[in-house]
Amino acid sequence: MINLSLKELSEGLKQKKFSSVELTQFFLNRLDLHNSSINAFITIDKDKSLAMAKHSDEIIKEGNQDYLTGIPIAQKDIFCAEGWKTSCGSKMLDNFIAPYDSTVISKFNAVGAVNLGKTNMDEFAMGSSNETSFYGNVKNPWDIKTVPGGSSGGSAAAVAGRLAPAATATDTGGSIRQPASLCGLTGLKPTYGLVSRYGMIAFASSLDQAGPMCHTAEDCAAMMNVMSGHDPKDSTSIQRAKENYLTGISDPIKGLKIGVPREFFSEGLDPEVEKIIEGGINEYKKLGAEIVEISLPNNHLSIPVYYVIAPAEASSNLSRYDGVRYGYRTKEYDDLMEMYCKTREEGFGEEVKRRIMIGTYVLSAGYYDAYYLKAQKIRRLISEDFKKAFENCDVILGPSAPSVAFPIGEKKEDPLKMYMQDVYTISTNLAGLPGLSMPAGLMNELPVGIQLIGNYFSEAKLLNIANIFQMNTDWHNLSPEEFK
Amino acid sequence: MEWEVVIGIETHTQLKTESKIFSGASTNFGSEPNAHACLVSLAYPGVLPVLNEEAVNCAIRFGLAVDARIAEHSIFARKNYFYPDLPKGYQISQFELPVVGEGSLTISLGDENKTIRILRAHLEEDAGKSVHGIEEGKSGIDLNRAGTPLLEIVTEPDMSSAEEAVAYAKKLHELVQWIGICDGNMQEGNFRCDVNVSVKKKGEKKLGTRREIKNLNSFKFIKQAVDYEVNWQIERLEDGGTIKQSTILFDPDSGETREMRSKEEANDYRYFPDPDLLPLVISQEKINTIKSEMYELPSQMKSKLVKEFGLSNYDADGITSNIDVANFFRELLSFKVSAKLATNWILTNLFSRLNESNIDIKNSPLKANKLAELILRIEDKTISNNAAKKVFDEIWDQDEKVDDVIEKLGLKQISNVNEVEDILNQVLQDNEAMVEEYKSGKDKAFNALIGKVMKASKGKANPGQVSQLLKDKLTD
Repeated sequence: MINLSLKELSEGLKQKKFSSVELTQFFLNRLDLHNSSINAFITIDKDKSLAMAKHSDEIIKEGNQDYLTGIPIAQKDIFCAEGWKTSCGSKMLDNFIAPYDSTVISKFNAVGAVNLGKTNMDEFAMGSSNETSFYGNVKNPWDIKTVPGGSSGGSAAAVAGRLAPAATATDTGGSIRQPASLCGLTGLKPTYGLVSRYGMIAFASSLDQAGPMCHTAEDCAAMMNVMSGHDPKDSTSIQRAKENYLTGISDPIKGLKIGVPREFFSEGLDPEVEKIIEGGINEYKKLGAEIVEISLPNNHLSIPVYYVIAPAEASSNLSRYDGVRYGYRTKEYDDLMEMYCKTREEGFGEEVKRRIMIGTYVLSAGYYDAYYLKAQKIRRLISEDFKKAFENCDVILGPSAPSVAFPIGEKKEDPLKMYMQDVYTISTNLAGLPGLSMPAGLMNELPVGIQLIGNYFSEAKLLNIANIFQMNTDWHNLSPEEFK
Repeated sequence: MEWEVVIGIETHTQLKTESKIFSGASTNFGSEPNAHACLVSLAYPGVLPVLNEEAVNCAIRFGLAVDARIAEHSIFARKNYFYPDLPKGYQISQFELPVVGEGSLTISLGDENKTIRILRAHLEEDAGKSVHGIEEGKSGIDLNRAGTPLLEIVTEPDMSSAEEAVAYAKKLHELVQWIGICDGNMQEGNFRCDVNVSVKKKGEKKLGTRREIKNLNSFKFIKQAVDYEVNWQIERLEDGGTIKQSTILFDPDSGETREMRSKEEANDYRYFPDPDLLPLVISQEKINTIKSEMYELPSQMKSKLVKEFGLSNYDADGITSNIDVANFFRELLSFKVSAKLATNWILTNLFSRLNESNIDIKNSPLKANKLAELILRIEDKTISNNAAKKVFDEIWDQDEKVDDVIEKLGLKQISNVNEVEDILNQVLQDNEAMVEEYKSGKDKAFNALIGKVMKASKGKANPGQVSQLLKDKLTD
């Protein structure tokens, strides 16, 4: 069962080769065996998972099986799931049991998928290495001395280590695509507004978007069929007809125009990584695609813009963690102000506090125009770059991250170096566009990912383009040695 | 030295919606603490605001009522500050682009009218409240009110006395109830005013430094607070002092104002557009629909009453003072009662009786249809105005038919000319001295004779008819 795709698992359940309980138990056993070495999960609740599996078996028995019915899915600990601890990787929410389901969770529940557990993540999704989690860093199954990327590092490690068939994740500046790249997975960040944010703990509301993290594009498509759709509980959720992302997934891509932005191949990109990306480009040429050079002239501004807008929103979004109603509250205090200050000082980690302070600063009277407003203007320029680029190509291709997985601790003390990890992914979030990362090779036995960026709502096309690549290559089938 | 007073008012009007502005929780007042604290009110991790369309409709109605521009595109912003009764750590409000732009409201000051300019009105959510003293050394938080929709209505500094401030507040209070967007309950805090007061030397162009009196929830307090504050500021300036921009509170017990915080201590609210809510877009079509469903406004009704029905300014003000009075009047008119008689009966007999029993016109035991029956009996001369008052007292809270009461009390006027003439002749015979007095030029005697006839007829003669007959007889 370990290497089966979601489609194969679905078939196996249908043909009664195994039950959901057996399948779930199998992965729970894998967790027993391996989770301690990679720390991919924050919460595992076998009783809950097995109870769900039992229920799923009933659904299958009644003949009402859906694609994901009975399949255990790892859920990023950013999604509220009723009755489950939902910590968002923070001490602040270490005691928080969610009293309701996020829309994403209820959609998985509605099709009878099994919640396999809640995955580790950077605290409040702030980080690119999963080293800011209150629950300790996650290790990359390809080399447990290296990071899995972040913030969805737990989800990435869980799927890469074959501890879960698939996982959910979220992406604010690259948090799906960069860990997918570092862990050899296929991950999709959909168009902003395609997947509901209701019940997904907010980091930067105008950038946050949930998506799947799987081995293949086809698995991502199956996950997207469940996750996407308009939600009246999220005002930024988009009203449009629901798509089936599996329908055109094997359509030929002959004549496809792939744009390669020259700015993605400048200083900072590891030359070995660059070679692998070139290899991917050649593969697409062989498959009949046309390659055109394009330009995203403002891409170099995306990191500074992001580190104004995201912290600004975060500083406000995280104000609710004040120790009054739920979550952590400091033990001793004499008055309200001291309770606030100590609670937040003790409850939040370094990176979160850094961003709250930056965000508070850029929104302050006298600085707002120079930082926040200016950043919003540049954000529009960045979107314009993409708009122009898509006049000349169907999809944009480049690296997902500047390097392969790096050693734990290497960048932890240098936030600016860490922030560079998202140099190729952030502009997509700023523009609200969909982006996908898929494995395209190994460098020193560590995975390298290719990123595909599409126009708004082109998820089906992206998945199709990735799937054709995967039908002709084998990189997505590789597994780290100790987790086979 | 002579001083001029400058006043601007910000009013928090609680909108009459079933549910909160950004969640489905109820807006009911007076429930158990936190009975209406849903996950959104509690600001649980991951929850999101969804705008209540009904609150927007209320804002549009208000905009139309003060002849304001309704913004095609307005923005919800976050106002960030920490307080236990503000669960999210920010209030969702509107800052740079409010839903309602410039408009105006005309107030009456005796016989004169004055137009107060409305600067803007914006939608926002209310906060919860802290409850002290339930348990010693601890404070509780009640979030029932958190998220209740408010329309904050801001004027230009166009008022120049406590009287004008009160007149504006009353007019606005009537208006928001009239258009059905607020229940106007001031005790429950559903209509509360922040009053900005400054003074300047007479003729000086530059405005003085203002102090803002927070949260006044009665007209009496507005009057008292402004009067006190104006005196305080003038005295201070005349003593050579200066005014510091600040927020102040009015203490109704002492009748004084005191400083809450100065401008330097004011929060930096770090306003920015709320990324959880899309810009509020209002189509002209929607505005037109709401406009077509709106009642006539008090100002429109008033001018119709004066122009078409010939009511005095004063009477028209009385009828349009609130929607319930206006509705009572409209109902009376639907029975073809004359506007003047209807007005008189409402403003005198009905009002005094309602006041006596401290009843709201909405709950008047005497319904409009029955009062109309009574008035129609005056119009068709079945009974005199005086007799009608007796009937009114009788039917006030009794389930009796008007005609039955007239019959029972024997108040029906004598309309038969012969019958009236007989009485008249008798009276003239009995009072020859008076007739002589009249003939020698004493007009008073005429009325005295009418009085005698009325008395002789036990009030059943029609005074007009008697007067006419008497005049004919005496000039024969």
